[in-house]
Amino acid sequence: MSEVLERPTVSEAATTPLVRMRDVGVTFVTRDRTVHAVNGVDIDLAAGEVLCILGESGSGKSVTMRALMRLLPRFARVSGRIEVAGRDVTAMDEAALQDFRGSDVAMIFQEPMTALDPVFTIGRQIAETVQRHEGLSRAAAEARALELLELVQIPSARRRLAAYPHELSGGLRQRAMIAVALACKPKLLLADEPTTALDATVQIQVLLLLRKLQEQLGMGVIFVTHDLGVAGEIADRVAVMYAGKVVEEGPVEAMMRGPLHPYPRGLLGATVHPGMRGKRLTTIPGAPPSLDTPPTTCPFAPRCPEVEPACLEEAGPAPRRPVPGRMARCVQVPAAG
Amino acid sequence: MSIAQSTHEDRGGPAQPLLLVQDLKKHFPIRGGLFGATVATVRAVDGVSFAVRKGETLGIVGESGCGKSTTARLLMRLMDPDSGSLVFDGEGVGQNTQTGGLALKDYRRQVQMVFQDSYASLNPRLPIEDSIAFAPKVHGVSDKEARSRARELLAAVGLAPQTFARRYPHELSGGQRQRVNIARALALQPRLVLLDEPVSALDKSVEAQVLNLLVDLKETFGLTYLFISHDLNVVQYISDRVLVMYLGEVAEMGPVDAIYERPAHPYTRALLASRPSMTPGQRRTEPPLTGDPPNPINPPSGCRFRTRCPHAEAVCAERKPVMAEMGGGHVAACHMAEPGSGHSMAGRLAA
Repeated sequence: MSEVLERPTVSEAATTPLVRMRDVGVTFVTRDRTVHAVNGVDIDLAAGEVLCILGESGSGKSVTMRALMRLLPRFARVSGRIEVAGRDVTAMDEAALQDFRGSDVAMIFQEPMTALDPVFTIGRQIAETVQRHEGLSRAAAEARALELLELVQIPSARRRLAAYPHELSGGLRQRAMIAVALACKPKLLLADEPTTALDATVQIQVLLLLRKLQEQLGMGVIFVTHDLGVAGEIADRVAVMYAGKVVEEGPVEAMMRGPLHPYPRGLLGATVHPGMRGKRLTTIPGAPPSLDTPPTTCPFAPRCPEVEPACLEEAGPAPRRPVPGRMARCVQVPAAG
Repeated sequence: MSIAQSTHEDRGGPAQPLLLVQDLKKHFPIRGGLFGATVATVRAVDGVSFAVRKGETLGIVGESGCGKSTTARLLMRLMDPDSGSLVFDGEGVGQNTQTGGLALKDYRRQVQMVFQDSYASLNPRLPIEDSIAFAPKVHGVSDKEARSRARELLAAVGLAPQTFARRYPHELSGGQRQRVNIARALALQPRLVLLDEPVSALDKSVEAQVLNLLVDLKETFGLTYLFISHDLNVVQYISDRVLVMYLGEVAEMGPVDAIYERPAHPYTRALLASRPSMTPGQRRTEPPLTGDPPNPINPPSGCRFRTRCPHAEAVCAERKPVMAEMGGGHVAACHMAEPGSGHSMAGRLAA
């Protein structure tokens, strides 16, 4: 492996987290309606850490990620503080953003066919990124492209440089997209359901590859998924989102063994595991709330099996940290004690 | 309640399979060149045989391109097979009714299908009540009766008729729409329901609701299911027997416990090992298989899995494996499962 792709030797100052989001809100305002998609999200990510944002459709997990990279449409109103590697993302102008995206932060998506440009070869798309951000010559950039394809374990990489996206299979396309994202050694990789569209035997290959690359390059990764199993396979920490809020956050093992909040508890019960044959699946009744108005009290209360009067009183509810490193927004979870 | 009983009588008795599929084939030609000559053939379904027993749920698993959805469409006769036959409760489907055959219209009334995309499979301009009542009206049920049956079915799938009957598909959530699709499939009182990835597009909490509903409806209406999915956990949960497909062929078939606890085919083993573990402490370090499933255009000779199989030997390229009997209705198309096949590990699995 070449030296350019090795783990940076100068470690980040341990005190500044790679990502720091504070009270981030996103509202989509159109003529017809207003949607409060994200309602006060706090997220910290240390350098070299993998955080999974887990949630169902409409929970605001993808919107949170796009806010982090300023990829939201113009009619989205973003509030709160977003810092990446100590830089304020909300204050960046267009030129600063162009440098920031690609070199500091890169993103991979669920559907590589729409993320890759169909009229350029894979090699050209990678080389272009490197030329733009690092000012390398065309030849040097193409050499880097080859290295990257080898890094993401694309077989016969030299031949694949000249391939167009439609000539690759789904798994290879996803690897090519990862190669484009890693072209400029980003400190932070955002992954939006990158394995959801893949077959089971290919999904596990891509997950293991991402984990290996993350360790090798020392990247921080925020990984959005709706699949508990995927989170279990890749995450260090998990943040569970519901109605635009992080309702629980903690280390993946503790979370999977015993969630504190009733929503992830319900999700875990509703996920089909081996050995559940013949047993009735526990379900979460009802549907997520409409986000036309921002939730004031606990947004999960209408569906919660353990709801009590206190749930409808406390605004927020405020985060509780019963053990260091774990957080849940539920009135029944004891505060630090 | 009129809908609780199926009007179609059991003709062949309990031992007669509800649906017998024999050597089903469907090849799609790829045309190209100046005069549109056939330049290649996609062997989407290539000699699939199986039986669906009365009252069971048969799960079909496989990766994309393995032919599982084409199989469902062939079973529904949404497309005609190149060869092969369907026998529904002892009667040949699409054959002359004088000689013991079953007309296609009568067959389709007894076999209904639910698709993955809940929105695309409903008419956006019809209130859901009308969508459900549509097929019974085509088959000669009066408007009033079809409507009242539609409302009964809406109630049966957990959608209060007074609230939902006049709504349009876009006014419903994904889970509610899939309930409507299930209700519509039941409107003709079918005996066999083909479910093609019915929960794959749903969120986990909704998926559980729909799976519970499917289990309940099966019992209430005495249904038989053919359940197609790529999700191994869901198939294990819902199926009595499981069929594993690979590149248009049956790789392994058997009772659900045998398949999940004693998989005989290396592909089944790899598929099961590819499931993400729910225990972060025991993460995998090596993927069970490398590479993507090959293209069903010009599949490998002999055993189609040999290009990805860790145990492939010369015999696997030379001869197509036969279905080896593992006992208890468990069969696997692998040279290793067949004693005397010429593979160095032959017969060890059967012991």
